[in-house]
Amino acid sequence: MTAPIAILLEVNGERLEMDVPPRVNLADFLRDYLHLTGTHVGCEHGACGACTVRVDGEIVRACLMLAVQAHGKAVQTIEGLSDSGEIADLQEAFREHNALQCGYCTPGMLIAVQDLLRRQNDPSRDRIREHLSGNYCRCTGYQAIVDAVAAVAHRRRERTR
Amino acid sequence: MKASAFTYARVASIDHALEILSVHGEQAKLLAGGQSLLPAMNLRLVSPQIVIDIGELAELRGISIDRGMLRMGALTRHVEFLNSREVAASAPLLVDAVKHIGHPAIRNRGTLGGSLVHADPAAELPACMLALEATMIIRSRNGERRIAAADFFKGIYTTALHQNELLVAVELPVASENSIHFFHEFARRHGDYALAGIAAKATVANAVLSDLRAAFFAVADRPVLAEAAAGLVNAAIVPKLISEASAALGDELDPSEDQQASSSMRRHLARVLFRQCAEALVLRGGLNGATA
Amino acid sequence: MSVARGQFEPLSRLDRPNSYIGKTVPRPNLDRLMQGRGVYVSDIELPRMAHVVFLRSPYAHARILAIDAGAAQQMRGVIAVVTGRELAVVITPWVGVLSHLKGLKSAPQHAIAVDRVCWQGEALAAVVATSRALAEDAAELVSVEYEELEAVTDMRTALDPQTPVIHPALGDNLAFERFHVAGDVDKAFAAADEVVEAEFIFGRHTGVTLEPRAVVADWNSAEDRLTIGTQAPHMVQSIAALHLGLRERQVRVLCKDVGGSFGIKVHIYADEMATYALSKLLRRPIKFVADRVESFNTDIHARDHRCTGRIGVMRDGTITAFEIDDLTGIGPYSMYPRTSAIEANQVVNLVGGPYVAKAYRARTRVVFQNKNVMCQYRAVGHPIACAVTEGLVDLAAVRIGMDPVELRRRNLIADDAYPCTSPAGLRFEKLSHQDSLRKLVEMMDYARLRSEQESLRSRNIYRGIGIASFIEVTNPSAAFYGIGGARISSQDGVTIRLDAQGSVICQTSITEQGQGSEALTAQIVATVLGLSMERVRVILGDTDNTPYGGGTWASRGAGIGGEAALQAAKALRKNILDVAAAILQASAEELDVADNTIVSASDRAPRIELTELARIVYFRPDTLPSGIQPELMATRHFVPREFPFAFINGVQASWLEVDVATGFIQLLKHWVVEDCGTIINPQLVEEQIRGGVVQGLGAALFEKCVYDERGQLTNANMADYLVPMAAEMPDIEVGHVVSPTLESELGAKGAGEAGTAGAAAAVINAVNDALRPFGTVVTEIPLTPQVILTALGRI
Repeated sequence: MTAPIAILLEVNGERLEMDVPPRVNLADFLRDYLHLTGTHVGCEHGACGACTVRVDGEIVRACLMLAVQAHGKAVQTIEGLSDSGEIADLQEAFREHNALQCGYCTPGMLIAVQDLLRRQNDPSRDRIREHLSGNYCRCTGYQAIVDAVAAVAHRRRERTR
Repeated sequence: MKASAFTYARVASIDHALEILSVHGEQAKLLAGGQSLLPAMNLRLVSPQIVIDIGELAELRGISIDRGMLRMGALTRHVEFLNSREVAASAPLLVDAVKHIGHPAIRNRGTLGGSLVHADPAAELPACMLALEATMIIRSRNGERRIAAADFFKGIYTTALHQNELLVAVELPVASENSIHFFHEFARRHGDYALAGIAAKATVANAVLSDLRAAFFAVADRPVLAEAAAGLVNAAIVPKLISEASAALGDELDPSEDQQASSSMRRHLARVLFRQCAEALVLRGGLNGATA
Repeated sequence: MSVARGQFEPLSRLDRPNSYIGKTVPRPNLDRLMQGRGVYVSDIELPRMAHVVFLRSPYAHARILAIDAGAAQQMRGVIAVVTGRELAVVITPWVGVLSHLKGLKSAPQHAIAVDRVCWQGEALAAVVATSRALAEDAAELVSVEYEELEAVTDMRTALDPQTPVIHPALGDNLAFERFHVAGDVDKAFAAADEVVEAEFIFGRHTGVTLEPRAVVADWNSAEDRLTIGTQAPHMVQSIAALHLGLRERQVRVLCKDVGGSFGIKVHIYADEMATYALSKLLRRPIKFVADRVESFNTDIHARDHRCTGRIGVMRDGTITAFEIDDLTGIGPYSMYPRTSAIEANQVVNLVGGPYVAKAYRARTRVVFQNKNVMCQYRAVGHPIACAVTEGLVDLAAVRIGMDPVELRRRNLIADDAYPCTSPAGLRFEKLSHQDSLRKLVEMMDYARLRSEQESLRSRNIYRGIGIASFIEVTNPSAAFYGIGGARISSQDGVTIRLDAQGSVICQTSITEQGQGSEALTAQIVATVLGLSMERVRVILGDTDNTPYGGGTWASRGAGIGGEAALQAAKALRKNILDVAAAILQASAEELDVADNTIVSASDRAPRIELTELARIVYFRPDTLPSGIQPELMATRHFVPREFPFAFINGVQASWLEVDVATGFIQLLKHWVVEDCGTIINPQLVEEQIRGGVVQGLGAALFEKCVYDERGQLTNANMADYLVPMAAEMPDIEVGHVVSPTLESELGAKGAGEAGTAGAAAAVINAVNDALRPFGTVVTEIPLTPQVILTALGRI
């Protein structure tokens, strides 16, 4: 009755075929089945943003999606975005500005930030704060993160000049 | 906080979904965006035996305009409202409203149909549908029926939808040229559920409002159209008039008390919203009237 | 790298090429965290590892009549269902008292409740299964028969005769009471031109660490390996061994990456102790990860206080006296081992601290309730003491019509008045209240903000400025816990060695939760040894592989752990130079280390690379002069001896706007000037301040654990308990004054909690300042829109 379902999906560019019980959410699937533990679990009710991943290019809360809903989709986690180099400049800016302390919110934060910068190349500080309004950080107080994002936005604009 | 086990059915057609619904009734839940259902399931507040995933049904998607009516499929994701030219042109109120729904990651998955059927009293879209005189298009194995928004929202988490029915689309009249709108809500933090909110649509004729539909949310167990809005119609909207109408609104509303706000708090905020709405409409409509 | 100089000058600390102290250097080892390759406890998987879910009481107070686990035990994947009685055979109960808190009493607490549950959320059985989901399924099938008992849920009536006594053997619900008097208080109030009184109410808070509490306990025959995100691994080792009937050498505690702690993870939790015991009982690894709802119900709460304060002031601005009567409602047990009386004790210690007024009287009472346990959370007691003190000072200023900055100027302890002792008995080595206030006023352009405030008022826009001076406890000695009998170390140690490639491996007993413990250790060591920072590897968080120490809490990591690192590096440096001298046939005094190389002290000419020195020592000692036994490893410990605490000081300001139509508050800007002594890494200090401030802002505006009269926590989730998010928080500007401590060579005090100490106080004062034209005074947090509108009489 609650038997595992076969799903075919792509995770960080790798095509996978797996059987997973329907109740397993995408965050737990990534962590427990694929051992990609960079996606973190903070609340399991969609409030904190720690589990943010990309599905078919759009950011989603992995705790609010079933693994079986990812069938036929392309999922990108922090490991994938990191290894591909896509967020290398963001990671460098986070390091420079100490925009992470414990690091637990950081994967979700980086993915959310990258989402913003793909849509807007000149976001104001208020706009940055607004876009990140669903990502909880208890350590930094957010300012260093905003500083890092603003710096990267500026650098990316300079590069495309 | 792991959901209870369930059987999962990814349906390929509306008919298939309806069939499962009619067989399993209360034991089945429809899964669209999952942004309301999944938190509830993770918290074990709801434990369906069967989850019917309608998320891939093409028939439930699409935004189109035909003969003066905007039609939006129930599976329209919130984010699509922000990007749709049709919606921007024909129902700009929805564009303003959607910006207040949760956060980007929530908007990428959450759906119009999900929000309307979940009927959270503090949700934005039900109030918008009320203001915009939308019609819900509902299908069951018996065929299709249409319910006006005014008759659809029955109470907290309760709609006129029967257990074996599926909301397939929403239709509403395209905004006319002399249509103006106003949307605002008060929430403790960006993206939170509102403490009080207003979704308003009005028609301008001869420098006055010929029509005003002001739907409030988070002030009752369902969205409510303010009768006090009538006080602003066909009149010069001067401060005295706004005050009177706002007082009438206060009398009309009877918000319940909860952890987030007291009854008088919500009533007060509703009146502030009403005032802000009136002043904004005067500006947007180039109306006769002076603002306070 | 070195510049030729006509006349030789010895390298000063500042012009050395590897002088990292005082510099903003990016933290090492951030890569793995940013790549999603950190190792947090919940990431750990071990063979045969099982998962535990705790069955938790739905009642605030109830007798457990029967537990029927029959159906649950039959479920697929279930390994065991264990009750409190069964577990009590494996692990002994504890009592959270310390002898130096006179009169503190508490009842024994078990790892899993036996016979009676005393707060909604207390665990009464453990379900162990092969996955968390299966354990939760099984937990639903455990049926428990309860007899609901009357719950004590109002601290104001907890001591009334008709209120049930939670622990009859204790006689009443009073856990602790303390009186303090200094000077002739009644005379001081009588002499005052004005006396102002106010009741301050603080919402109960909790830490909401993004990574919930988690532990993996791995019992392997006679040894227990605990991987837990604790701030104090040696403390956990000691206590786990004690209660499991083991020797400390049989317990290894490992901390890897910790997703936030702020004091939440420095306490001993019943469910974590239960997990250690379950691993021993079931002879396999057990993982416990609290979910978010559990976290709200069982992570320690803090700051649930009602404090009446009085201040006496002369018309010329002289403050004559402070007085407080404080009441705090904790849970049914005093927390172990640090006790739930420390926060109240700190409130008594700290009120009035920055000021010269000599008359002070205080009473605090700590009462038991049937709510979640309460204990130390970032800035312990300081937010309350500061809000009360600074709130009273502002009220006094209004009463006599004096500018609040001016009133502070006239009453803050002068910067040259040290050392001195406060009326509460605190010894201050050297603080800088006046200098800090001057700097703050300049940074924020106080005069311009005042005139902006005035002109906006005439347009019905209400902005306010709130100032809060504060003192903060850092670098505690044994005076905090040790003297009361707690096995909590107040010293720390660092072992440092040069490896075979000329890199340095540092093992330190302080711990890392993101504040930069690893970075500050590397910066200090690299500076002293003349190494580039990337050659320094820091190992922490492992009781097997670090010296014995206290860990990181009470802002002690830099001051105590940093000093140990400094001394150990100095010792190793001497050993290195001794070996170098032997190799080079020079004297050690002629040599120095800079840029990974032994150089001549006089002209910095390179003499031999450290890599080469290491090679010789480890692989070619046959080439060394006879008799020499090179020692390229050194250990030093440090404990503060002179002052029981290294106090720091600072001052904060909040600039905000109150929408008087809706009650909503917009935080426009925040400033902090702090003096934490020698700064090792300015960026890390500032970031600690910012993070701490935002926690305080959350407390001021948003956070509160809401209990109903039946003792049910009604907002145990992140939609209803409001934490501060990015869109509502302001930018925070930080300035520094530097008064090093002479206790240590490094001169560093602590900085981790300063932001939280004063932020809410500044906001309360700013709100009242904004609403001054309306004559309202609000002294309750959180300052929700409803509270504001009620105060304004609008609802």
